[in-house]
Amino acid sequence: MATAAELENMLKRREYSAGFVTDIESETVPPGLSEDVIRAISAKKGEPEWLLEFRLKAYRRWLKMESPSWAHLDYPPIDYQAISYYSTPKSMADGPKSLDEVDPKLLETYNKLGIPLEEQKMLAGVAMDVVFDSVSVATTFKEKLAEAGVIFCPISEAVQEYPELVRKYLGTVVPFGDNFFASLNTAVFTDGSFVYVPKGVTCPMELSTYFRINERNTGQFERTLIICEEGASVSYLEGCTAPQRDENQLHAAVVELVALDDAKIKYSTVQNWYPGDEDGKGGIYNFVTKRGDCRGKRSHISWTQVETGSAITWKYPSCLLRGDDSRGEFYSVALTNGRQQADTGTKMMHLGKNTRSTIVSKGISAGRSDQSYRGLVRMTEGATGARNYTQCDSLLIGDQCGAHTFPYTEVRTPSGQLEHEATTSRIGEEQLYYLMSRGLSEEDAVSMIVNGFCRDVFKELPMEFAVEAGKLLQVSLEGAVG
Amino acid sequence: MLEINNLRASIQEESILKGLDLSIPAGEVHAIMGPNGAGKSTLGHVLAGREGYEASEGSITLDGRDLSAMDTAERAAAGLFLGFQYPVEIPGVSNIQFLRAAYNAQRKARGEDELDAMAFLKHVRQFLDTVGMGKDMLHRGLNEGFSGGEKKRNEILQMLVLQPRMIVLDETDSGLDIDALKTVAGGINAMRSPERAILLITHYQRLLDYVKPDRVHVLAQGRIVRSGGPELAQELEAKGYAGIENAA
Repeated sequence: MATAAELENMLKRREYSAGFVTDIESETVPPGLSEDVIRAISAKKGEPEWLLEFRLKAYRRWLKMESPSWAHLDYPPIDYQAISYYSTPKSMADGPKSLDEVDPKLLETYNKLGIPLEEQKMLAGVAMDVVFDSVSVATTFKEKLAEAGVIFCPISEAVQEYPELVRKYLGTVVPFGDNFFASLNTAVFTDGSFVYVPKGVTCPMELSTYFRINERNTGQFERTLIICEEGASVSYLEGCTAPQRDENQLHAAVVELVALDDAKIKYSTVQNWYPGDEDGKGGIYNFVTKRGDCRGKRSHISWTQVETGSAITWKYPSCLLRGDDSRGEFYSVALTNGRQQADTGTKMMHLGKNTRSTIVSKGISAGRSDQSYRGLVRMTEGATGARNYTQCDSLLIGDQCGAHTFPYTEVRTPSGQLEHEATTSRIGEEQLYYLMSRGLSEEDAVSMIVNGFCRDVFKELPMEFAVEAGKLLQVSLEGAVG
Repeated sequence: MLEINNLRASIQEESILKGLDLSIPAGEVHAIMGPNGAGKSTLGHVLAGREGYEASEGSITLDGRDLSAMDTAERAAAGLFLGFQYPVEIPGVSNIQFLRAAYNAQRKARGEDELDAMAFLKHVRQFLDTVGMGKDMLHRGLNEGFSGGEKKRNEILQMLVLQPRMIVLDETDSGLDIDALKTVAGGINAMRSPERAILLITHYQRLLDYVKPDRVHVLAQGRIVRSGGPELAQELEAKGYAGIENAA
């Protein structure tokens, strides 16, 4: 049976199986950020003038902003001039016309990650967009989606093919001056996914994007925009990995979701960026702005996230509940180990009448990691009849980790209702003993307790990925025992 | 089957077991009775290999194999089962998921094939009636929100599913009403077999009305102070433990 110290030891370092580097020739813009760099990125992508102006406006605003310091995170200042803002595999310079033209080394990379791109081998019913460093390398099942009227493509392609749609919605949920990292993203974003589901259409399959950072000293600044028109619905999943490198790499993404009347968007994330080594060396700095706009009546946006990676996580997927009777949900599992730090949570902004929100956050801290839940529930004067339910549970493994909860509430409507439940527990010797007395090994017992703790969130994930998420946690806890 | 010789164990530096000898042959049911604080539950935990309950002296062998060299999970795979006095709740883990993981972990450790979900469900279902549990109980969280009686019946279900060779039940009868007691006894009797041995740790004689023991032992102050047939339990019920302890 494990004492706290032994458990600690057992979890000390898990193997990071996605930590390999792909040896591929790439074209990378020299490190540094300036208007010239932004113009160069924009020119490389052949962007229209309005988009360049949008980027420059954000950049000029960003120059006047300060990196936020309110989060419960500790990291040295980031040198934004040491980062390269654009990297593309050389063979991609002219862009592949189809999967057959994709560099075999890239395909091999994704095979190693367990993401085969050959369509016949793909998970049935899941269309996938793959972003390698700064560019999208493949989108599958495009034709089948087009038949249903669904657009699913790299955002750089959407800028070319559907400029009016992109222009109409880009930056309307996360404005160019929203926050330090969102402004940086707006200035330099390179690629990401674009989804458009027209009125009344239920997207016929799960959509999925895999993000991979490969190049050294490169930041990844992807931009995702998902629009569901009246009565439309879509389920979207993103997965993330990066090689094991000694230096920290920056990831600053922006995701915008727009749901019109009766539309439903389900957005799931399985994030496994490289977390750094045992002493906190290396790993991804993950500063992400994700926001969903329930713009229409009875619209529904649901965020589900399973976060096991990154050295630093700063992330608060939020919902603007503007439409009357709209619903926002946030289901989160965050596992931190080693020296990882995470400050994550959500914001639910109730603006419309009878809006409802649900927050279920499960934090697991192990090793010497530190984790905070930070959540804001705001009900404005107009949000009569608004309701929120928040459940926030922390599980501690060992005695050198930390868990903190920072709930904020602002209720300006007398008819608003709030419920908040919070628990903190430790994996107990008694629980482990009980499971082991039935024949389970210690690591299987820990994994079973952790998976049980996360069940309320896993059941929100699309079926295929719930299994994947369970395995990911198991691997995260397992690798360290042997 | 189970041989305990001169077992001594201290918990947090307090000497609890002070030279305990016990031998249980295959095919027999033995009962250990004794007053509170005699070391009954400690014996169960020492047998199961709980952390902090290591023997400081003496030996325990199961089928001739030294248990002290095995951890808790290995003892389970070797055929030892401890029914808990206070079963623990594991939220979010369904009963069936837990049972299958435990069953397959034991089979794997013994080099046997694991059962798939369908075959395992079939295996479990045959025992539900014995313990008076519905299928819905299989899909609830492990002991999560179970009443005291449900927890005890769930221990018996685990025993039936895992089919252990050496069964130790720690106060499985405590806190049960008469119907639940009969159900639990039915489960225990179903496990009686020439290949198996059962050790009932109990405070009262009541369970023994339904599960007839071959031998009864009295544990007091860390040692077996008297052994006898089923009639010893009757005597204890009539005279209480005080007389026995004094006699020892």
